[in-house]
Amino acid sequence: MAEKTYLQAISDGIRGEMRRDKRVFVLGEDVGVYGGAFKVTQGFQEEFGAWRVIDMPLSETAIMGGATGSAIMGMRPVAEMQFADFVSCAWDHLVTVAAKQRWRTGTPIPIVLRLPSGGGFSGGPFHSQNPESSFAHIPGLKCVCPATPEDAKGLMIAAIEDPNPVLFFEHKHLYRRIKGEVPDERYVTPIGKARVHAEGEDVTLVTWGAMVYTAEEAAKQLPDVSVEIVDLRTVMPWDKQAVLDSVRKTSKVLVLHEDTRTGGFGGEIAATIAEEAFEDLDAPVRRIAAPDCPVPFAPVLEKAYIPQVDDVVRGLKELSEY
Amino acid sequence: MATGTAVDVVMPQMGVSVSEGTITKWSKQVGDTIEADETLLEISTDKVDTEVPSPAAGVISEILVAEGETVAVGTVLARIGGEAGAAAPAEAAPQPPEPATQAAADESAAAASEGQAAPAPAAPAPVAPAAPSESNGKSFVSPVVARIAAEHGIDPAQVPGTGNGGRVTKKDIQAFIDSGAQAAPAPPAAAPPPAAAPPAAAQVAHAPADAGEPQQGESFEPMSAMRRGIADHMRRSLDTSAHVTSAIEVDMSKVVAIRQKLKKEYNAAYGVNPTYLAFIARATAETLRDYPYVNGEIRGDKIVSKSFVNLGFAVELADGKGLIVPVVKNAETLNLLGMAKGIADVAKRARDKQLTPDDVAGGSFTITNPGGYGTFHGTPVISQPQVGILGTYALVKRPWVIQDENGADAIAIRSIMNITLTYDHRLVDGAYAGRFLRDLRERLQTWGESDY
Repeated sequence: MAEKTYLQAISDGIRGEMRRDKRVFVLGEDVGVYGGAFKVTQGFQEEFGAWRVIDMPLSETAIMGGATGSAIMGMRPVAEMQFADFVSCAWDHLVTVAAKQRWRTGTPIPIVLRLPSGGGFSGGPFHSQNPESSFAHIPGLKCVCPATPEDAKGLMIAAIEDPNPVLFFEHKHLYRRIKGEVPDERYVTPIGKARVHAEGEDVTLVTWGAMVYTAEEAAKQLPDVSVEIVDLRTVMPWDKQAVLDSVRKTSKVLVLHEDTRTGGFGGEIAATIAEEAFEDLDAPVRRIAAPDCPVPFAPVLEKAYIPQVDDVVRGLKELSEY
Repeated sequence: MATGTAVDVVMPQMGVSVSEGTITKWSKQVGDTIEADETLLEISTDKVDTEVPSPAAGVISEILVAEGETVAVGTVLARIGGEAGAAAPAEAAPQPPEPATQAAADESAAAASEGQAAPAPAAPAPVAPAAPSESNGKSFVSPVVARIAAEHGIDPAQVPGTGNGGRVTKKDIQAFIDSGAQAAPAPPAAAPPPAAAPPAAAQVAHAPADAGEPQQGESFEPMSAMRRGIADHMRRSLDTSAHVTSAIEVDMSKVVAIRQKLKKEYNAAYGVNPTYLAFIARATAETLRDYPYVNGEIRGDKIVSKSFVNLGFAVELADGKGLIVPVVKNAETLNLLGMAKGIADVAKRARDKQLTPDDVAGGSFTITNPGGYGTFHGTPVISQPQVGILGTYALVKRPWVIQDENGADAIAIRSIMNITLTYDHRLVDGAYAGRFLRDLRERLQTWGESDY
């Protein structure tokens, strides 16, 4: 057990699997000589060589195509998009080929696609997005969004082990800011299992990624309201049972995500609660999410755009007083 | 807070993964006047060195972090407040970006400029604990409150509400129930379901669907109350217990021989027939004493064991018209004669419709005997809340491998009966049930002439 940053935990997870399994390799822009734009793969090329840590041309299409082909041929690629935003260039290989492969032919296609996502640093519309909902909607793809260093390592290992394409959304805002105890040994955090970040009685707050910390801060500011924070950890497949169990306890729910509101995954969660726990609700299900527009550059606008602690405090208060 | 309009200058976020920065130089000092966007200080991070512009115009009232110090992103470095800034509160907003962790501790200025925001704790919604009369059903009843109210037979309008506009919240109705304030007619919610639960509640729950008109070739007859009761009970039992059936073959030759001898004596002296069922019931009552779980019950979160054996016997009333299970109480105290008389008594009274409610209540185990028609196996349904039911089947002569007096195998003609135990696997394990059947078989196969 040692205290590690979120970034270090991801790096450790990949490195451990590369040492363990020769089929695992990384590819992406600047992942080799430069060690990755955020230094997740720093030192990898020295340890594993240029054939297992491949610097790719500036083409997400090529990266995803290479990952798809090598996975079909039995390798276990861990591909990096320098920013999650650029995954749109990889859409065809990812959605048309990789997502369908296992269902079409029954053969495994074990791809991990690393997607540094999220805003909060004035990155603007091309470097700040959280596109997990778009891919959660594609059958055949799994989407994980860890919030803690421990989960980041455990879910990375689970993603590499998984025979399906797994999109690994790593939140940039957490990279060096969040530290936590991470077991040294190899362990797997199961895909599709939520984690109760904080137990509570009055309101259930369902969220994932960096918003877990926004939720935590907001809950701290309301000592009179007992908030149960459910960290989904995996958006697809998502842990419906954990959410419904918590809803049955508190009867009030706030769904919080950094992605935009309409068509965001929070809508799916709210709809499921309405369908399956209607008779347990004591208030309307509430959503807090970004407005339906691209992420702005200007700091003051970005702050207005990304859900802030104050917004969550207000939402929790309204629900608890309802 | 000295000045309500003070604007905080915080360590800005200078890159995606930068979490701290070092102050290299202050361009202004406390007391200096500064314009918005004029350079206030210079900082250094592990990615860039840069100047930080002032977020507002005004007089610098405080400098909180000295040159050379390294602090986390979001830390307040200085405050700008005073005449120049006071005139333009709107400018308070364009601060450098603050990370989520920085929270609202120093947000009074920003909040004021937002106008609507600031969920002022001083003026909460009208939360007056509205008297019941004020919320007389007009208030919205949420789904969970509606469900709890229905389950407990409560009119939500009677519950004092503390939610928005006097709305009854889930907590309100739960507190109301916990306080015992509800009206009398509601059923006791928590009590363990007594043996005779089915009547009113169950029938309300399964209000029968309308059958419509008979189709060609069909005819209707009304369903009797008994049939409906049986239907509800059978369904409820299958929904409650984890039914498993084990069967065993019993060589009844000794019982056949002994019964043959006793038959005349019993009939002449006591007017009762020593049936095979009486032998089996006698052996069962004995065996149950060694296997208390088979004679037990699950009640709520407790396992119930009983010092008595109340044996129920399934009795058919009239050609397919129903079934009733009268109980022979304290069967463990009866000898073979007593058992035979007890069974004959309840069976007769069942057919004559002379049973009292007490005769059908309180069973701890049941025996059903469908073997009279030649069936050799079955999987009966447990009578709730018991956990076991014994089935006895046709007694048939079969070629049977036995050992002769020299210990050699031989084939003999023996009277064999299949006996089943259907048990609730929630309480009774398979091996336990198997040992029960083994011991029961042993008792029947080794029945002695002097046993009674």
